[in-house]
Amino acid sequence: MSIVVFAEQRGGTLRKITYEVVSEGKRLAAAAGDSLKVLLAGSDVAGLAEELKKFGADEIAVANDAALADYTTDAYAAVLAAYIQQENPGLVLLGHSAIGKDLAPRVAARLDAGLVSDCIDVKFADGDYAFVHPIYAGKAIATYKVNSAVKMATLRPNVFPVEENAGAGSVVDFSTEIPAPRTKVLEVKQQGGDRPELTEADIICSGGRGLGNPDGFQLIEQLADILGAAVGSSRAAVDAGWRDHQFQVGQTGKVVSPNLYIACGISGAIQHLAGMGSSKCIIGINKDPEANIFNVADYGIEGDLYKVVPALIEKLKEVKG
Amino acid sequence: MDFSLTADEKMIQEMVRGFAQQELKPQAATLDAEHKMNLDNLARMAELGLMGMNIPEAYGGAEVGVVPYSLAMTEVGRACAATAVTMSVTNMVGEVICAFGTEEQKQKYVTRLCSGEYAAGAFGLTESLAGSDPGSMRTQAVREGDYYRLNGSKLFITSAEYAGVTVVWAVTDRQAPKSRRISAFLVEQDTPGFKVGKAEEKMGQRGSATNELVLEDCLVPAANLLGQEGDGLKIALMALDGGRIGIGSMAVGIGYEALDFARDYAKERVQFNQPIASFQAIQWMLADSYTEMESAQLLVLRAAYLKQQKTRFSREASMAKLLATEGANRACYRAIQILGGNGYIAEYPVERLYRDVRVTTIYEGTSEIQRLVIARHILNA
Amino acid sequence: MKIVTCIKQTFDTEAKITIENGKVSDQGVNLIVNPYDEFAVEESIRLKEKNGGEVVVVSVGNDKTQEALRYCLAMGADRAVLIQDPALENGDNHSAAVALAKLLADMEYDLIFCGKEAVDDGAAQVPSRLAEKLDLPQANVITSFELGDGQATVTREIDGGTETLEVQLPAVFSAQKGLNEVRYPSLPGIMKAKRKELKVVSLADLGLSAEDVAPKAELVQAELPPPRKAGRVLKGEVEEVVAELVKLLQEEAKVI
Repeated sequence: MSIVVFAEQRGGTLRKITYEVVSEGKRLAAAAGDSLKVLLAGSDVAGLAEELKKFGADEIAVANDAALADYTTDAYAAVLAAYIQQENPGLVLLGHSAIGKDLAPRVAARLDAGLVSDCIDVKFADGDYAFVHPIYAGKAIATYKVNSAVKMATLRPNVFPVEENAGAGSVVDFSTEIPAPRTKVLEVKQQGGDRPELTEADIICSGGRGLGNPDGFQLIEQLADILGAAVGSSRAAVDAGWRDHQFQVGQTGKVVSPNLYIACGISGAIQHLAGMGSSKCIIGINKDPEANIFNVADYGIEGDLYKVVPALIEKLKEVKG
Repeated sequence: MDFSLTADEKMIQEMVRGFAQQELKPQAATLDAEHKMNLDNLARMAELGLMGMNIPEAYGGAEVGVVPYSLAMTEVGRACAATAVTMSVTNMVGEVICAFGTEEQKQKYVTRLCSGEYAAGAFGLTESLAGSDPGSMRTQAVREGDYYRLNGSKLFITSAEYAGVTVVWAVTDRQAPKSRRISAFLVEQDTPGFKVGKAEEKMGQRGSATNELVLEDCLVPAANLLGQEGDGLKIALMALDGGRIGIGSMAVGIGYEALDFARDYAKERVQFNQPIASFQAIQWMLADSYTEMESAQLLVLRAAYLKQQKTRFSREASMAKLLATEGANRACYRAIQILGGNGYIAEYPVERLYRDVRVTTIYEGTSEIQRLVIARHILNA
Repeated sequence: MKIVTCIKQTFDTEAKITIENGKVSDQGVNLIVNPYDEFAVEESIRLKEKNGGEVVVVSVGNDKTQEALRYCLAMGADRAVLIQDPALENGDNHSAAVALAKLLADMEYDLIFCGKEAVDDGAAQVPSRLAEKLDLPQANVITSFELGDGQATVTREIDGGTETLEVQLPAVFSAQKGLNEVRYPSLPGIMKAKRKELKVVSLADLGLSAEDVAPKAELVQAELPPPRKAGRVLKGEVEEVVAELVKLLQEEAKVI
């Protein structure tokens, strides 16, 4: 048996999530005694195979086709489904990224495969996989078994550690008939400048209603710049029109699990906690001593964020040289 | 006996709750601080059908029934009492025109109240020397051909400055027995001689305008007489009976809002190393007030149900209003007590709720008048 | 223009989750239309109001789900179909997609709208699975929709940005917050909803067997996450507190 991992790239660059999923694929392959096969699809992506070799794949299949230049569901689903049908793996892993979320269920339906989305853990025991997936935005944790021959899962970004591993790393070509896609990409806009994407970021600085006005986010951005962090927002700040919804962290926004989450002027409503509660370290800065954020924060600072954050920025500048 | 709400009642309650919590509640403190009504809110409420809840479809209403109306008033009261009182009076004005108006009056005024073309309706009964005793009013209407000439002044008129139509009561026959002495007129906002005076500086419900009205040779077409000459007191009393359900429902909302806030606060606020909710002193205040609010709501809903069944509800409406408004005042008092110093400052909403709830034992009939009505029913039974 | 909108009834997002016998308990929980599905319903109704036609809301669920469908009818949808069957009670995303696809196979539609995911299992599978089963193109997580001639132009969220897509119709679209502002059902709308058709169909009515919708992913157990312990609140002058915090982040938490 084999484990197949879909290697996600966009614009000729491997996504961070790819390293995470391949690393987890390798760990599971070792536990199950399976081989690890990675499918890399795109246009002009052959060079990326080298990079993937470091993570212990037995085989890296490269589907290099001009028709794969843009991500389209139709084209990518055709390639991934054909590869799975060829390899007949026991397990298929993708990242729970925008692409993975779009592609995995489409392919699962084509193959009538069971799929567990957004896993934070995959266990192998007694010859079977158990998939752990937070439900109700993290208010409960569910464990699933999948009964189809091919089992599929998408893995939550920023949860699975990246690990380099030795492996044969043979590179093979893979091609299949790619149908004309019924969707056409007209334009791609990247937002947030050089900042990391929220779900991928190691550090997130978030602002909430306590900022008092939309300009307050400039301060949060300064803090984020020093830390190389992404900037998030509470729902209250989004509802007030201070920040676009795509930066919202919480049950009806993004679910994130960075190493460090700094909540500035965020009270810590249950919906917000659901989106960032799995962060490894949480800092709460709030002037309200009763704010719920202090019930979950590893470190809390009770005070005016407009005094605390500038001081923190200065101190970090000093420390970081 | 079935105490559960029907599916429709539940859906209406949830819709109004969603709207009130999302749209009205965030503005409540600002409306209070700036002494300003948000007319856009009133227009949206009309769009949702909240301004003519018991008006037949033919006149643009939703005719959902009195129980849903009570549930809706409670939800709006929870979110913003100033908006709730505006809604209550507007509904009352529409209903009273529906009950006593000619077909023409209904087509002209009720449809506009329901659609939001009129931001609100107003109820011009009270005078400086005629509060609980409207029969003693001074404002006078004299028939002159196709018109009535109105002279006098009114006090404490909710929404007068943006009401499209105001029901104005005036004496038409000073010699008649008190029950037949006054008549009601439908007066449009831009009628010459109809002057809206300054808005009062109030203790609470500051978002809603409360104005003085001056009628100076105000010529109202005879076609705008509501009902017959001398029907005024009957119309007023009928309207007030219904209005009591509205105000009682609203008071229940304010009371619950204060209690819920105090309850959540008590669970979080730590003194002597434990949440103050663990102290019996706090528990008893909450237990007493929740019991009182829940019993008040049952009474309010029963009065609403009776009115919906088109049976007599005057006694029940007075009992409901008495218990709901007095109980809600106690609930807000206790909420502040539970919050301690924090309850007394404007940063916490119970300070406003306490001011907002105060007037509910006064308008649409004081608690003393309610007791009078109740006693009359008991003793004359 | 015929639009089919798929909705799911979910727990209120503020609901407190309790576990009973390894499953999430629904006792005393307020049920709502999944928030993302509301954006789908709103978009469908707006398109109908602009272009004429019909909006049919469909769902897989139980007796209670009728309330959610009625809510959509009150918002302005024209009729509703509920797929209800004991065999679907423990179904997964595969089960729901198979049942919906079979229902839709016999319906006319130009557009299919869903929410981008349900706030309960957060799986985001049904829209794509449904599109696949119906052999339709899909555009997920859309924040704008513009109807063209035989195609639609949409903006969808991707990681770190947005993408503008042209999609051939008919197609499946899944709605993200930001697509529109959801209306409240008006009182006249609620009264009218009572008279609108709400049809309940079983698997047998659709020509499906329990086996056809047998779940591929089965819940073993659900549990509450370990509670996160409150840490410490640092006290003192701002400069001291900040210095202490940075030191802790470096030496204790080791995150910077």
